[in-house]
Amino acid sequence: MSDTPDAGLPATAPAPFYRHKLATRLWHWVNALSVFVMLMSGLMIFNAHPRLYWGKYGANPDHPWLEVMPGHIRVGPVVLPGFGVFGVSANGRGYAVNPLFTIPSHYDLSGSREWHFAFAWLLVVPGLLYLAWTLIGPHKRDLAPTLDELRPSHILHDIGQHARLRFPTGEAAKRYNILQKLSYAGVIFVLLPGVVATGMTMSPGLNAAWPWLLDLFGGRQSARSIHFICAMGLAAFIIVHVLMVILAGPINEVRSMISGWYRPHPDPVNAAIAEPAE
Amino acid sequence: MMMEFSRRTLFAGAGGLVLAGCDKIAASPNVRKLLTLGESATFSAQRLVSDRAALAPEFSLADLSPVFRVNGNGNPGTPDYDAHVAGAFADWRLAVDGLVERPLSLSLAQLRAAPHRTQITRHDCVEGWSAIGQWAGTPLRLLLQQAGLRSSARYIVFHCADLSGGRPYYESVDLIDALHPQTILAWAMNGQTLSVPHGAPLRLRVERQLGYKQAKYVMRVEAVQSLAGLYGGKGGYWEDVADYQWYAGI
Repeated sequence: MSDTPDAGLPATAPAPFYRHKLATRLWHWVNALSVFVMLMSGLMIFNAHPRLYWGKYGANPDHPWLEVMPGHIRVGPVVLPGFGVFGVSANGRGYAVNPLFTIPSHYDLSGSREWHFAFAWLLVVPGLLYLAWTLIGPHKRDLAPTLDELRPSHILHDIGQHARLRFPTGEAAKRYNILQKLSYAGVIFVLLPGVVATGMTMSPGLNAAWPWLLDLFGGRQSARSIHFICAMGLAAFIIVHVLMVILAGPINEVRSMISGWYRPHPDPVNAAIAEPAE
Repeated sequence: MMMEFSRRTLFAGAGGLVLAGCDKIAASPNVRKLLTLGESATFSAQRLVSDRAALAPEFSLADLSPVFRVNGNGNPGTPDYDAHVAGAFADWRLAVDGLVERPLSLSLAQLRAAPHRTQITRHDCVEGWSAIGQWAGTPLRLLLQQAGLRSSARYIVFHCADLSGGRPYYESVDLIDALHPQTILAWAMNGQTLSVPHGAPLRLRVERQLGYKQAKYVMRVEAVQSLAGLYGGKGGYWEDVADYQWYAGI
């Protein structure tokens, strides 16, 4: 039983450990599908009126804070290039969003609405179950940052380590680091509830049932803007998340999200690389 | 440069393959069925959480859109309609018929003399924009009570004067929305006689649904048992021509 790696010894593969419970794994993949469809069908809906406003109303005669123009996207006073994503021309017509990133992949507002509102159920129902499971069970402790972790110096240190692609190893890899905790909690408690609540605020039917939603977000067009901002936040999360998975070892990471079992990086070797005499 | 070009071509090619796959999935009848299931779940859920009489939010004069965007047809432009415009709609009549005990034929003056409701509400286009306007008009419920709905009536259909691509515009609602206190046939907007671009002489306001349900240039109100035999059978112009959802509460 000489499983404990001693410093200085060549690394033996550390024992795999059970990292993700079944609820997390199930929700992760269901959510991956629903968020993917929601983002792509949502971008097609955005195509129909690629302008965002603040307040209760907003239409072409009014002033948008964000608008897509051919080849460009304007955010407030800043005009940015469209980077081939926004303001492109394809199939002989202009698109606010490149059809490569939309469902369906041709202009179809009614079709995209059909996809969006069907997959909304797959986003909301499992999402609520997972939220309840997180809040009731022990999982919330995995996400809750400690006071020590919230020190700015600790967060800055972790950002620095991530930027140098030095990821936690051994024991430290068994729990989420502060950047993971903040981003996962941000997705579960802020972005997803935000995108769902603002989505419901845009429904004229639900406005009659729950008018307080409009007060909460400052009117329908503000809710539409916040809906878009939350969706872009989710898109940004997905890009960084997938990048991190690739950099941290995609096979090990994806396996742990399928079977639950994760194999930490050998501690001593990485420790030697990660911590030069400081 | 060459490398960049070929990589891009490869990417576009791969993307095209994936998209072709996606569109194939989207077109499959089983996927369509699944999506339709989602649509009816949304309709049922909205009806479940909303009281029948729950009112759409109403606003103050200070909230009015400075310019209310004109959308869809701005003028039916048919010889009949042009004649009505020339005559200030003096000879125009609204027909209320179908599954009713006493079909009605009402002049604009009769409608204006009837009890009316004034409301400042938000118009939400399916495209995403909103405009706030003030509407005054005759509650549809009063007209249907006057005409006496038969017990077999399930839907109210609005036949319009305007055509798009040769097809007449029409819309329909169920009796829950038809009898809703805010459902009116409006003859005034922002304190003035309803203008031609906004649907003169009469436009439907059904405030818990999207803009394409707010039929303009309403000529005839018909009570029916089923939408199947009318025009394309899906209950509205946009529903027929582009598969827009009949229930437009979201």
